Amino acid sequence: MKQEEITLKVNGTNYRVSIEPRRTLVEVLRENLGLTGTKKSCNEGDCGACTVLMEGKPVASCLVLAMDAQGKEILTIEGLSEGQRLHPIQEAFLKHGAIQCGFCTPGMVMSAKALLDENPEPTTIEIRKAISGNLCRCTGYQHIVDSIMAASKMMQKKP
Amino acid sequence: MFIKRLPKFEYHAPTSLSEALDLLAKYDGKARVFAGGTDLLVSMKRREVLPEHLINLKGIAELKGAYYDDKVGMKIGTLVTLGEIEHSRIIQDKFCALWDAVQVMASPQIRSLGTVGGNLCSAAPSADTAPPLIVLEASVDIISSKGKRKVLVENFFKGPEESVLKPGEILTQILIPNPPGRSSGAYLKLMRRAAMDLAQIGVAVSLSLDSEKRICRGARIALGAVGSTPIRASKAEQILSNKEINETVGKQAGKIAAQEANPRSSIRASKEYRREMIEVLTKRAVMAAYRRIN
Repeated sequence: MKQEEITLKVNGTNYRVSIEPRRTLVEVLRENLGLTGTKKSCNEGDCGACTVLMEGKPVASCLVLAMDAQGKEILTIEGLSEGQRLHPIQEAFLKHGAIQCGFCTPGMVMSAKALLDENPEPTTIEIRKAISGNLCRCTGYQHIVDSIMAASKMMQKKP
Repeated sequence: MFIKRLPKFEYHAPTSLSEALDLLAKYDGKARVFAGGTDLLVSMKRREVLPEHLINLKGIAELKGAYYDDKVGMKIGTLVTLGEIEHSRIIQDKFCALWDAVQVMASPQIRSLGTVGGNLCSAAPSADTAPPLIVLEASVDIISSKGKRKVLVENFFKGPEESVLKPGEILTQILIPNPPGRSSGAYLKLMRRAAMDLAQIGVAVSLSLDSEKRICRGARIALGAVGSTPIRASKAEQILSNKEINETVGKQAGKIAAQEANPRSSIRASKEYRREMIEVLTKRAVMAAYRRIN
Protein backbone atom coordinates (compact mmCIF):
# COMPACT_ATOMS: atom_id res chain seq x y z
CA MET A 1 0.00 0.00 0.00
CA LYS A 2 1.23 3.42 -0.99
CA GLN A 3 2.69 5.64 1.72
CA GLU A 4 1.50 9.23 1.93
CA GLU A 5 3.45 12.14 3.40
CA ILE A 6 1.24 14.19 5.66
CA THR A 7 1.63 16.90 8.30
CA LEU A 8 -0.35 16.69 11.52
CA LYS A 9 -0.64 19.62 13.91
CA VAL A 10 -0.85 18.11 17.37
CA ASN A 11 -0.78 20.25 20.52
CA GLY A 12 0.56 23.15 18.49
CA THR A 13 3.48 21.22 16.98
CA ASN A 14 3.68 20.20 13.32
CA TYR A 15 4.72 16.59 12.77
CA ARG A 16 5.62 15.25 9.33
CA VAL A 17 4.87 11.55 8.97
CA SER A 18 4.77 9.02 6.18
CA ILE A 19 1.80 6.68 6.58
CA GLU A 20 -0.52 4.31 4.77
CA PRO A 21 -3.95 5.95 4.23
CA ARG A 22 -5.63 3.19 6.21
CA ARG A 23 -3.98 4.28 9.46
CA THR A 24 -6.33 5.85 11.99
CA LEU A 25 -5.50 8.97 13.97
CA VAL A 26 -5.16 7.05 17.26
CA GLU A 27 -2.66 4.66 15.65
CA VAL A 28 -0.53 7.47 14.27
CA LEU A 29 -0.64 9.45 17.53
CA ARG A 30 0.48 6.44 19.54
CA GLU A 31 2.76 4.58 17.15
CA ASN A 32 4.34 7.30 15.01
CA LEU A 33 4.33 10.30 17.32
CA GLY A 34 4.81 8.40 20.58
CA LEU A 35 1.88 10.24 22.15
CA THR A 36 0.60 7.26 24.11
CA GLY A 37 -1.56 9.28 26.50
CA THR A 38 -4.48 8.75 24.12
CA LYS A 39 -5.71 5.21 24.71
CA LYS A 40 -7.06 2.68 22.23
CA SER A 41 -9.59 0.24 23.55
CA CYS A 42 -12.73 -0.86 21.69
CA ASN A 43 -11.53 0.57 18.37
CA GLU A 44 -15.15 0.93 17.23
CA GLY A 45 -16.11 4.32 18.68
CA ASP A 46 -18.08 2.85 21.58
CA CYS A 47 -15.81 3.43 24.58
CA GLY A 48 -14.41 6.96 24.28
CA ALA A 49 -10.89 6.00 25.47
CA CYS A 50 -9.39 7.48 22.28
CA THR A 51 -11.19 10.84 22.53
CA VAL A 52 -9.12 13.80 21.33
CA LEU A 53 -10.20 17.28 20.26
CA MET A 54 -10.14 18.11 16.56
CA GLU A 55 -10.86 21.78 15.83
CA GLY A 56 -12.11 22.00 19.43
CA LYS A 57 -14.65 19.20 19.03
CA PRO A 58 -14.39 15.81 20.72
CA VAL A 59 -13.85 12.95 18.25
CA ALA A 60 -13.27 9.22 18.56
CA SER A 61 -9.76 9.12 17.06
CA CYS A 62 -10.15 5.41 16.22
CA LEU A 63 -12.76 6.41 13.61
CA VAL A 64 -10.76 9.24 12.04
CA LEU A 65 -8.36 8.49 9.22
CA ALA A 66 -5.08 10.27 9.95
CA MET A 67 -5.33 11.58 6.36
CA ASP A 68 -8.48 13.44 7.42
CA ALA A 69 -6.74 15.12 10.36
CA GLN A 70 -4.43 17.08 8.07
CA GLY A 71 -4.77 20.82 8.45
CA LYS A 72 -6.78 20.45 11.66
CA GLU A 73 -5.82 21.54 15.18
CA ILE A 74 -5.55 18.38 17.23
CA LEU A 75 -5.38 18.48 21.01
CA THR A 76 -4.46 15.39 23.02
CA ILE A 77 -4.11 14.84 26.75
CA GLU A 78 -0.38 15.67 26.41
CA GLY A 79 -1.29 19.19 25.30
CA LEU A 80 -3.27 20.14 28.39
CA SER A 81 -0.66 20.68 31.10
CA GLU A 82 1.85 23.49 30.93
CA GLY A 83 5.13 21.84 31.88
CA GLN A 84 4.66 20.52 35.41
CA ARG A 85 1.53 22.60 35.92
CA LEU A 86 -1.55 20.47 35.44
CA HIS A 87 -4.69 21.75 33.76
CA PRO A 88 -7.49 22.49 36.30
CA ILE A 89 -9.48 19.50 34.98
CA GLN A 90 -6.51 17.20 35.61
CA GLU A 91 -5.98 18.72 39.06
CA ALA A 92 -9.64 18.20 39.93
CA PHE A 93 -9.54 14.56 38.76
CA LEU A 94 -6.58 13.92 41.10
CA LYS A 95 -8.07 15.77 44.03
CA HIS A 96 -11.50 14.12 43.84
CA GLY A 97 -10.36 10.54 43.33
CA ALA A 98 -11.71 10.39 39.78
CA ILE A 99 -8.79 8.22 38.64
CA GLN A 100 -8.93 4.55 39.53
CA CYS A 101 -7.21 2.32 36.97
CA GLY A 102 -6.73 5.43 34.84
CA PHE A 103 -7.40 3.93 31.42
CA CYS A 104 -10.51 5.99 30.69
CA THR A 105 -9.00 9.14 32.21
CA PRO A 106 -7.42 10.78 29.13
CA GLY A 107 -10.66 10.36 27.17
CA MET A 108 -12.76 11.58 30.09
CA VAL A 109 -10.54 14.64 30.56
CA MET A 110 -10.73 15.49 26.85
CA SER A 111 -14.53 15.17 26.82
CA ALA A 112 -14.64 17.40 29.91
CA LYS A 113 -12.35 19.94 28.21
CA ALA A 114 -14.63 20.05 25.15
CA LEU A 115 -17.63 20.62 27.41
CA LEU A 116 -16.08 23.35 29.55
CA ASP A 117 -14.71 25.20 26.50
CA GLU A 118 -18.23 25.42 25.11
CA ASN A 119 -20.20 25.64 28.35
CA PRO A 120 -18.06 26.91 31.27
CA GLU A 121 -20.80 26.41 33.88
CA PRO A 122 -22.51 23.12 33.08
CA THR A 123 -25.20 21.42 35.14
CA THR A 124 -24.72 17.87 36.41
CA ILE A 125 -26.98 16.61 33.62
CA GLU A 126 -24.96 18.45 31.00
CA ILE A 127 -21.77 16.91 32.41
CA ARG A 128 -23.27 13.43 32.31
CA LYS A 129 -24.38 14.00 28.74
CA ALA A 130 -20.92 15.24 27.74
CA ILE A 131 -19.23 12.08 29.06
CA SER A 132 -21.99 9.73 27.89
CA GLY A 133 -19.64 8.37 25.23
CA ASN A 134 -16.85 7.57 27.70
CA LEU A 135 -16.93 4.28 29.54
CA CYS A 136 -15.27 3.84 32.94
CA ARG A 137 -15.16 0.16 33.79
CA CYS A 138 -14.10 0.93 37.36
CA THR A 139 -17.50 2.69 37.33
CA GLY A 140 -16.20 5.75 39.16
CA TYR A 141 -18.60 8.05 37.36
CA GLN A 142 -19.78 10.05 40.35
CA HIS A 143 -16.23 11.15 41.23
CA ILE A 144 -15.63 12.04 37.59
CA VAL A 145 -18.78 14.18 37.48
CA ASP A 146 -17.79 15.84 40.77
CA SER A 147 -14.32 16.59 39.37
CA ILE A 148 -15.66 18.22 36.25
CA MET A 149 -17.99 20.33 38.37
CA ALA A 150 -15.07 21.31 40.63
CA ALA A 151 -12.89 22.11 37.61
CA SER A 152 -15.64 24.34 36.25
CA LYS A 153 -15.72 26.29 39.53
CA MET A 154 -11.92 26.48 39.66
CA MET A 155 -11.73 27.81 36.11
CA GLN A 156 -14.41 30.44 36.85
CA LYS A 157 -12.27 31.87 39.64
CA LYS A 158 -9.13 32.12 37.52
CA PRO A 159 -9.99 34.20 34.46
CA MET B 1 -10.62 -8.42 22.03
CA PHE B 2 -11.32 -6.36 18.95
CA ILE B 3 -7.99 -4.91 17.88
CA LYS B 4 -8.19 -5.11 14.11
CA ARG B 5 -6.75 -2.43 11.93
CA LEU B 6 -8.40 -1.24 8.75
CA PRO B 7 -7.88 -3.52 5.78
CA LYS B 8 -5.91 -2.31 2.78
CA PHE B 9 -7.60 -0.09 0.23
CA GLU B 10 -6.70 2.52 -2.31
CA TYR B 11 -7.53 5.97 -1.00
CA HIS B 12 -9.08 8.79 -3.00
CA ALA B 13 -9.84 12.30 -1.80
CA PRO B 14 -11.70 14.10 -4.60
CA THR B 15 -12.24 17.84 -4.24
CA SER B 16 -15.28 18.11 -6.49
CA LEU B 17 -18.48 16.17 -6.98
CA SER B 18 -17.70 15.47 -10.65
CA GLU B 19 -14.34 14.02 -9.68
CA ALA B 20 -16.03 11.77 -7.09
CA LEU B 21 -18.61 10.59 -9.63
CA ASP B 22 -15.85 9.83 -12.18
CA LEU B 23 -14.02 7.75 -9.57
CA LEU B 24 -17.21 5.86 -8.67
CA ALA B 25 -17.91 5.14 -12.34
CA LYS B 26 -14.28 4.12 -12.99
CA TYR B 27 -14.11 1.64 -10.08
CA ASP B 28 -17.62 0.37 -10.77
CA GLY B 29 -18.75 -1.77 -7.83
CA LYS B 30 -15.30 -1.84 -6.22
CA ALA B 31 -15.45 1.55 -4.53
CA ARG B 32 -17.30 2.93 -1.52
CA VAL B 33 -17.82 6.56 -0.66
CA PHE B 34 -17.82 7.76 2.93
CA ALA B 35 -18.58 10.95 4.82
CA GLY B 36 -18.31 10.62 8.60
CA GLY B 37 -17.02 7.06 8.44
CA THR B 38 -18.52 6.08 11.79
CA ASP B 39 -20.43 3.17 10.21
CA LEU B 40 -18.26 2.21 7.24
CA LEU B 41 -14.88 2.20 9.02
CA VAL B 42 -16.27 -0.07 11.76
CA SER B 43 -17.68 -2.50 9.14
CA MET B 44 -14.31 -2.49 7.39
CA LYS B 45 -12.42 -3.20 10.62
CA ARG B 46 -14.79 -6.12 11.18
CA ARG B 47 -14.07 -7.27 7.60
CA GLU B 48 -17.77 -7.14 6.78
CA VAL B 49 -17.14 -4.73 3.92
CA LEU B 50 -13.90 -4.78 1.95
CA PRO B 51 -13.89 -2.08 -0.72
CA GLU B 52 -10.84 -1.96 -2.96
CA HIS B 53 -11.22 1.80 -3.28
CA LEU B 54 -12.31 4.21 -0.60
CA ILE B 55 -13.56 7.61 -1.72
CA ASN B 56 -13.51 10.29 0.97
CA LEU B 57 -16.18 12.90 0.30
CA LYS B 58 -15.03 15.32 3.01
CA GLY B 59 -12.95 17.46 0.67
CA ILE B 60 -15.95 18.35 -1.52
CA ALA B 61 -17.08 21.89 -0.71
CA GLU B 62 -20.40 21.50 -2.58
CA LEU B 63 -21.56 18.92 -0.04
CA LYS B 64 -20.91 21.06 3.04
CA GLY B 65 -23.11 23.44 4.97
CA ALA B 66 -26.71 23.74 6.08
CA TYR B 67 -28.77 26.67 4.82
CA TYR B 68 -32.20 27.98 5.69
CA ASP B 69 -34.44 30.00 3.46
CA ASP B 70 -37.90 30.98 4.68
CA LYS B 71 -39.41 30.20 1.27
CA VAL B 72 -37.67 26.94 0.41
CA GLY B 73 -36.87 25.54 3.84
CA MET B 74 -33.75 23.81 5.07
CA LYS B 75 -31.01 22.40 2.88
CA ILE B 76 -28.59 20.09 4.63
CA GLY B 77 -25.47 19.10 2.72
CA THR B 78 -24.54 15.46 2.99
CA LEU B 79 -21.36 16.31 4.95
CA VAL B 80 -23.20 18.17 7.72
CA THR B 81 -22.48 16.36 10.97
CA LEU B 82 -24.99 15.35 13.62
CA GLY B 83 -23.11 17.73 15.93
CA GLU B 84 -23.74 20.67 13.58
CA ILE B 85 -27.47 19.85 13.58
CA GLU B 86 -27.37 19.60 17.39
CA HIS B 87 -25.93 23.12 17.59
CA SER B 88 -28.22 24.67 14.98
CA ARG B 89 -30.72 27.18 16.40
CA ILE B 90 -32.88 27.04 13.32
CA ILE B 91 -33.19 23.24 13.52
CA GLN B 92 -34.02 23.52 17.20
CA ASP B 93 -36.72 26.14 16.53
CA LYS B 94 -38.31 24.97 13.31
CA PHE B 95 -37.48 21.28 12.84
CA CYS B 96 -37.58 20.08 16.44
CA ALA B 97 -38.23 16.40 15.70
CA LEU B 98 -34.86 16.24 13.93
CA TRP B 99 -33.23 18.19 16.74
CA ASP B 100 -34.68 15.73 19.29
CA ALA B 101 -33.17 12.86 17.32
CA VAL B 102 -29.59 14.14 17.23
CA GLN B 103 -29.65 14.73 20.99
CA VAL B 104 -30.02 11.00 21.62
CA MET B 105 -27.80 9.61 18.87
CA ALA B 106 -24.55 7.85 19.76
CA SER B 107 -22.25 10.15 21.77
CA PRO B 108 -20.67 13.61 21.42
CA GLN B 109 -17.46 12.19 19.93
CA ILE B 110 -19.45 10.26 17.30
CA ARG B 111 -21.81 13.16 16.58
CA SER B 112 -18.80 15.34 15.70
CA LEU B 113 -18.00 12.86 12.93
CA GLY B 114 -21.20 11.15 11.75
CA THR B 115 -23.49 12.84 9.24
CA VAL B 116 -27.24 12.95 8.62
CA GLY B 117 -26.66 11.81 5.04
CA GLY B 118 -24.59 8.88 6.24
CA ASN B 119 -27.23 7.90 8.79
CA LEU B 120 -29.77 7.67 5.94
CA CYS B 121 -27.41 5.88 3.55
CA SER B 122 -26.51 3.21 6.14
CA ALA B 123 -30.28 2.55 6.13
CA ALA B 124 -30.51 0.86 9.51
CA PRO B 125 -34.15 0.15 10.45
CA SER B 126 -33.36 2.06 13.67
CA ALA B 127 -31.78 5.10 11.93
CA ASP B 128 -32.75 7.93 14.26
CA THR B 129 -32.85 10.70 11.67
CA ALA B 130 -35.28 8.78 9.44
CA PRO B 131 -38.60 9.08 11.36
CA PRO B 132 -38.16 12.84 11.94
CA LEU B 133 -37.22 13.47 8.31
CA ILE B 134 -40.23 11.41 7.16
CA VAL B 135 -42.68 13.44 9.26
CA LEU B 136 -41.00 16.66 8.10
CA GLU B 137 -41.70 15.55 4.50
CA ALA B 138 -38.00 15.75 3.68
CA SER B 139 -36.51 14.54 0.43
CA VAL B 140 -32.97 13.77 -0.69
CA ASP B 141 -31.10 14.75 -3.83
CA ILE B 142 -29.20 11.92 -5.47
CA ILE B 143 -26.67 12.33 -8.23
CA SER B 144 -24.78 9.97 -10.54
CA SER B 145 -22.82 10.43 -13.73
CA LYS B 146 -26.12 9.77 -15.56
CA GLY B 147 -28.11 12.51 -13.88
CA LYS B 148 -29.97 13.70 -10.80
CA ARG B 149 -33.08 12.51 -9.01
CA LYS B 150 -35.06 13.43 -5.94
CA VAL B 151 -36.56 10.87 -3.55
CA LEU B 152 -38.77 11.40 -0.52
CA VAL B 153 -37.09 10.08 2.64
CA GLU B 154 -40.31 8.11 3.13
CA ASN B 155 -39.51 6.15 -0.05
CA PHE B 156 -35.74 5.99 0.44
CA PHE B 157 -35.49 2.72 2.38
CA LYS B 158 -35.87 -0.76 0.84
CA GLY B 159 -34.84 -3.13 3.61
CA PRO B 160 -32.40 -3.51 6.49
CA GLU B 161 -29.18 -1.70 5.43
CA GLU B 162 -30.67 -1.24 1.98
CA SER B 163 -31.78 1.97 0.32
CA VAL B 164 -32.78 3.00 -3.19
CA LEU B 165 -29.21 4.25 -3.77
CA LYS B 166 -27.61 2.42 -6.70
CA PRO B 167 -23.89 1.86 -7.16
CA GLY B 168 -22.48 5.00 -8.72
CA GLU B 169 -24.91 7.29 -6.92
CA ILE B 170 -24.17 9.82 -4.17
CA LEU B 171 -26.68 11.45 -1.84
CA THR B 172 -25.81 15.15 -2.08
CA GLN B 173 -28.29 16.92 0.15
CA ILE B 174 -31.39 16.66 2.30
CA LEU B 175 -34.21 19.14 1.74
CA ILE B 176 -36.78 19.87 4.42
CA PRO B 177 -39.68 22.07 3.33
CA ASN B 178 -40.61 24.96 5.57
CA PRO B 179 -43.23 23.68 8.03
CA PRO B 180 -46.64 25.41 8.03
CA GLY B 181 -47.54 27.89 10.78
CA ARG B 182 -48.87 26.56 14.10
CA SER B 183 -47.01 23.31 13.64
CA SER B 184 -44.35 21.44 15.53
CA GLY B 185 -43.04 17.96 16.10
CA ALA B 186 -41.20 15.62 18.42
CA TYR B 187 -39.09 12.47 18.31
CA LEU B 188 -38.99 10.06 21.21
CA LYS B 189 -36.53 7.20 21.39
CA LEU B 190 -36.67 4.23 23.70
CA MET B 191 -33.22 2.97 24.62
CA ARG B 192 -31.60 0.78 27.27
CA ARG B 193 -29.21 3.49 28.37
CA ALA B 194 -29.20 7.22 27.82
CA ALA B 195 -26.49 7.18 25.13
CA MET B 196 -24.58 4.96 22.72
CA ASP B 197 -27.51 2.70 22.02
CA LEU B 198 -29.64 1.87 19.03
CA ALA B 199 -33.33 2.58 19.34
CA GLN B 200 -35.55 -0.14 20.75
CA ILE B 201 -38.20 1.92 19.01
CA GLY B 202 -38.31 5.51 17.78
CA VAL B 203 -41.45 7.58 17.20
CA ALA B 204 -41.62 10.90 15.35
CA VAL B 205 -44.76 13.01 15.16
CA SER B 206 -45.50 16.29 13.43
CA LEU B 207 -48.73 18.20 13.96
CA SER B 208 -50.23 21.31 12.50
CA LEU B 209 -53.21 22.90 14.21
CA ASP B 210 -56.08 25.21 13.26
CA SER B 211 -56.09 28.96 13.94
CA GLU B 212 -57.19 28.37 17.54
CA LYS B 213 -54.38 25.87 18.08
CA ARG B 214 -56.76 23.10 19.14
CA ILE B 215 -57.97 21.08 16.20
CA CYS B 216 -55.44 19.01 14.24
CA ARG B 217 -55.30 20.03 10.58
CA GLY B 218 -52.44 17.76 9.62
CA ALA B 219 -50.54 14.97 11.35
CA ARG B 220 -47.67 12.73 10.38
CA ILE B 221 -46.34 9.82 12.37
CA ALA B 222 -43.26 7.73 11.54
CA LEU B 223 -41.73 4.83 13.39
CA GLY B 224 -38.19 3.42 13.58
CA ALA B 225 -36.91 -0.02 14.61
CA VAL B 226 -40.36 -1.55 14.18
CA GLY B 227 -39.84 -3.40 10.91
CA SER B 228 -37.32 -3.87 8.12
CA THR B 229 -37.32 -0.13 7.35
CA PRO B 230 -38.48 3.06 9.06
CA ILE B 231 -42.20 3.36 8.28
CA ARG B 232 -44.98 5.89 8.20
CA ALA B 233 -48.07 5.09 10.28
CA SER B 234 -50.68 6.65 7.99
CA LYS B 235 -53.75 5.04 9.58
CA ALA B 236 -52.75 6.42 12.96
CA GLU B 237 -52.37 9.85 11.34
CA GLN B 238 -56.00 9.71 10.17
CA ILE B 239 -57.15 9.19 13.76
CA LEU B 240 -55.73 12.59 14.66
CA SER B 241 -56.99 14.42 11.64
CA ASN B 242 -59.65 17.08 12.41
CA LYS B 243 -59.77 16.09 16.08
CA GLU B 244 -59.07 18.10 19.15
CA ILE B 245 -55.68 16.91 20.43
CA ASN B 246 -55.69 15.35 23.88
CA GLU B 247 -54.38 12.26 25.68
CA THR B 248 -57.37 10.15 24.56
CA VAL B 249 -56.94 10.68 20.82
CA GLY B 250 -53.17 10.39 21.30
CA LYS B 251 -53.71 6.99 22.84
CA GLN B 252 -56.08 5.92 20.07
CA ALA B 253 -53.51 6.92 17.46
CA GLY B 254 -50.85 4.98 19.41
CA LYS B 255 -53.01 1.82 19.34
CA ILE B 256 -53.41 2.04 15.58
CA ALA B 257 -49.69 2.84 15.08
CA ALA B 258 -48.80 -0.29 17.05
CA GLN B 259 -51.00 -2.32 14.69
CA GLU B 260 -49.33 -0.81 11.64
CA ALA B 261 -45.87 -1.79 12.87
CA ASN B 262 -44.27 -5.17 12.37
CA PRO B 263 -41.58 -5.34 15.06
CA ARG B 264 -39.36 -8.34 15.67
CA SER B 265 -37.70 -9.64 18.79
CA SER B 266 -34.00 -8.95 19.15
CA ILE B 267 -31.40 -8.60 21.87
CA ARG B 268 -32.67 -5.05 22.45
CA ALA B 269 -36.37 -5.80 22.97
CA SER B 270 -39.08 -8.38 22.34
CA LYS B 271 -41.66 -7.68 19.66
CA GLU B 272 -44.44 -7.61 22.28
CA TYR B 273 -42.60 -4.96 24.30
CA ARG B 274 -41.89 -2.90 21.21
CA ARG B 275 -45.56 -3.00 20.21
CA GLU B 276 -46.69 -1.91 23.68
CA MET B 277 -44.18 0.92 23.71
CA ILE B 278 -45.15 2.20 20.26
CA GLU B 279 -48.56 2.91 21.76
CA VAL B 280 -47.08 4.73 24.76
CA LEU B 281 -44.46 6.72 22.87
CA THR B 282 -46.84 7.72 20.08
CA LYS B 283 -49.22 9.23 22.62
CA ARG B 284 -46.34 11.02 24.37
CA ALA B 285 -44.91 12.32 21.08
CA VAL B 286 -48.33 13.63 19.99
CA MET B 287 -48.69 15.45 23.30
CA ALA B 288 -45.11 16.77 23.17
CA ALA B 289 -45.67 18.17 19.67
CA TYR B 290 -49.00 19.67 20.80
CA ARG B 291 -47.42 21.37 23.82
CA ARG B 292 -44.66 22.80 21.67
CA ILE B 293 -47.21 24.59 19.48
CA ASN B 294 -49.10 25.96 22.43
